[in-house]
Amino acid sequence: MPVIVTGAITILIGVGGMLAYFWLSNILLDRVFFPAKGENIGRNVRRATAIRPWLFVFPAIFALSLYLVVPVFYSAYLSVTSFASDNLAERGRFANYAAVFSDPEFRIALFNNFLWVLVVPAASTFIGLLAAQLTDRLSWGNIAKSLVFMPMAISFVGASLIWSFVYHPDPEIGILNAIRVTFGAEGGRTFIDGDVIDSLWLMVVLIWIQTGFAMVILSAALRGVPEDTIEAAIVDGANPFQIFFKIKVPQIMPTILVVWTTITILVLKVYDIVAAMGSQYRNVEILPTQMMQSFDSGNYGFATAISIVIMVLVLPVMIWNIRQSRAELR
Amino acid sequence: MDNIAGQKSGLSIATHIATALLVLLWIIPTLGLLITSFRDQDAISQSGWWRALQGAPQPYVLSIPVDGQAQIDGGTWVVETNIFDTAAADLPQSVIDQASVDAFGISRLRGADTPAGETLETRQGVAVTLDADGNLRATSPEELTDLSIPVSLVAPPQMTLANYTEVLTDTTATERADLLDRGTTLDQLLFSDEALFGPFVNTLTVAIPATIIPILIAAFAAYALAWMDFPGRGFLIAVVVGLLVVPLQLAFVPITIIHEWFGIGKSFLGIWLAHTGFGLPLAVYLLRNYMVGLPRDIIECAKVDGATDFEIFRKIVLPLSFPALASFAIFQFLWTWNDLLVASVFLPSNTESTVMTRFVVTSLLGSRGGEWHILAAAAFVMIAVPLIVFFTMQRYLVRGLLAGSVK
Repeated sequence: MPVIVTGAITILIGVGGMLAYFWLSNILLDRVFFPAKGENIGRNVRRATAIRPWLFVFPAIFALSLYLVVPVFYSAYLSVTSFASDNLAERGRFANYAAVFSDPEFRIALFNNFLWVLVVPAASTFIGLLAAQLTDRLSWGNIAKSLVFMPMAISFVGASLIWSFVYHPDPEIGILNAIRVTFGAEGGRTFIDGDVIDSLWLMVVLIWIQTGFAMVILSAALRGVPEDTIEAAIVDGANPFQIFFKIKVPQIMPTILVVWTTITILVLKVYDIVAAMGSQYRNVEILPTQMMQSFDSGNYGFATAISIVIMVLVLPVMIWNIRQSRAELR
Repeated sequence: MDNIAGQKSGLSIATHIATALLVLLWIIPTLGLLITSFRDQDAISQSGWWRALQGAPQPYVLSIPVDGQAQIDGGTWVVETNIFDTAAADLPQSVIDQASVDAFGISRLRGADTPAGETLETRQGVAVTLDADGNLRATSPEELTDLSIPVSLVAPPQMTLANYTEVLTDTTATERADLLDRGTTLDQLLFSDEALFGPFVNTLTVAIPATIIPILIAAFAAYALAWMDFPGRGFLIAVVVGLLVVPLQLAFVPITIIHEWFGIGKSFLGIWLAHTGFGLPLAVYLLRNYMVGLPRDIIECAKVDGATDFEIFRKIVLPLSFPALASFAIFQFLWTWNDLLVASVFLPSNTESTVMTRFVVTSLLGSRGGEWHILAAAAFVMIAVPLIVFFTMQRYLVRGLLAGSVK
């Protein structure tokens, strides 16, 4: 198994190399370039202190730039310079975008993506909130939470298999069809069969995975709601539903928003579920699967153009996140 | 809070029921596939997994040799025997050992239509009784020569690991025995083209370095961003927060070109580096958030005592940050283990270096799409490791989630 050996060596080189880098660069800084002695001691110490942070952050900055920052701009550049054919190239700088937007499949994908963004975060957050409230103060709440949270550990591909089995058209195999037949439906039905609402069946998989995430975060937020506000409401005669909707939910609204946006970001990037469950149907395509198709066929101009579209969709959340974190810093 | 006002009411019971329903709804899909993965290939297509514990009735036709066994009792010929002893040749051993009679009949055409324990009579006056334990009593006015009865036998559910061995080696038990006899080594079987064991090892090979390498890089950067003062620090933090949400898709084309350019191409080295780059924003963000919360006193005391930043980092901050390091490690491990997208882009598609997720999507779903005994076992080979990590380290995972979402 030589790959395992290369893996082990890479870990050693990677970890050892990083340690050596940090250690040696610090030594160089302190002993060789700016030693804390001699006539310039004050100046040397100041300079060493000014440089050291950059030694610490350099590897991270380097990797982040190479793997995330540069690609953003490089992709943008490729999307206006790389064309699949000369014909396309003659139609000007934005020919890729023009071609992408006039492609009916792209419109389907964009529409589906909007559906996903509309449905999945809302459903996950709502069910997650419900689960958080239900399990709060329940004697076996932690076990319940743990089980609802479990799908988080399962890969999208694994989850797709699990749900394909639930959706199996044979009522003697798929439990959903078995339930339908028990309630009087005739024969099994193929759930993912080229219908317009097929995407909904795929969304169920992601909702199933993400509800646990929403529940865990919202559960912590619910715990953080000050007791006295709840007690005051009880004294005033509020019923449990009023307490939940009028006291608790408004107080954890910022967290709900965070959960919502986090899941939205994830939804925009989801690829595996559609690739595993709906690969033979055009009508469930979403932007990431379209992007991968262009990528696999070597049409880099198209692929980057679609990825830039995804980036633009993510941009508002990115800006909001940055503003939030800056506000927090101050 | 419900009982504060003295109303431990129906609402509390409703909460229990609703929670139970929710949990049930959430685990049934996984449970279904898990049970299926342990069931026999035939059983899967005969009955739903929810009936797995009952055992499915299997029809057999038994010919019972009665020559010489019949005795005359008051003018009628009587045969008393146990079908599991006398008809052993018609039944598999596991059935003989464990099964019970569900129903029987006396006409091949009508099959096993009478519940065990009742008596059936033919027009010729032959009466047959068969109970659940297989005790048969047949009476006849004439001498019986042979008795052929259809029965339906229920064997208790067979839980088998055969699906797992089949998917890991791409051979059934008999094929495997045959191949091993002919000199194929186990190693060759495990790493053959369509066996899942190879991809399992590859997944491990991808996930472990891709988890360990970013931690160290991120830890140093996080320390600097949390505890060192330098111009541009706020800007760097903002950049990291921004990069948290950059879609990976954006990086595929450029990184492919860059890797090609550096001569890395599609390889394990390439995917380790890619996962490192993609995991860094979360790592830095998570670790910095945690490190900033460490008590200022400790770090300042150490500084006053003349400790350098490097020493403070190594001896104080790193050990104290263990929970955050653990949460990130779990995240990154789950993410790299479960990933399909990055592996499709940065690993070559040949069998020697494909990972499980990709193997399942491109090979299994295509060539063995309807064979659920294979798919179920493959799914749980794939899911097992993350589930173990999840249930043993859940504490850290939750902590990481709480720290990692932008507040």
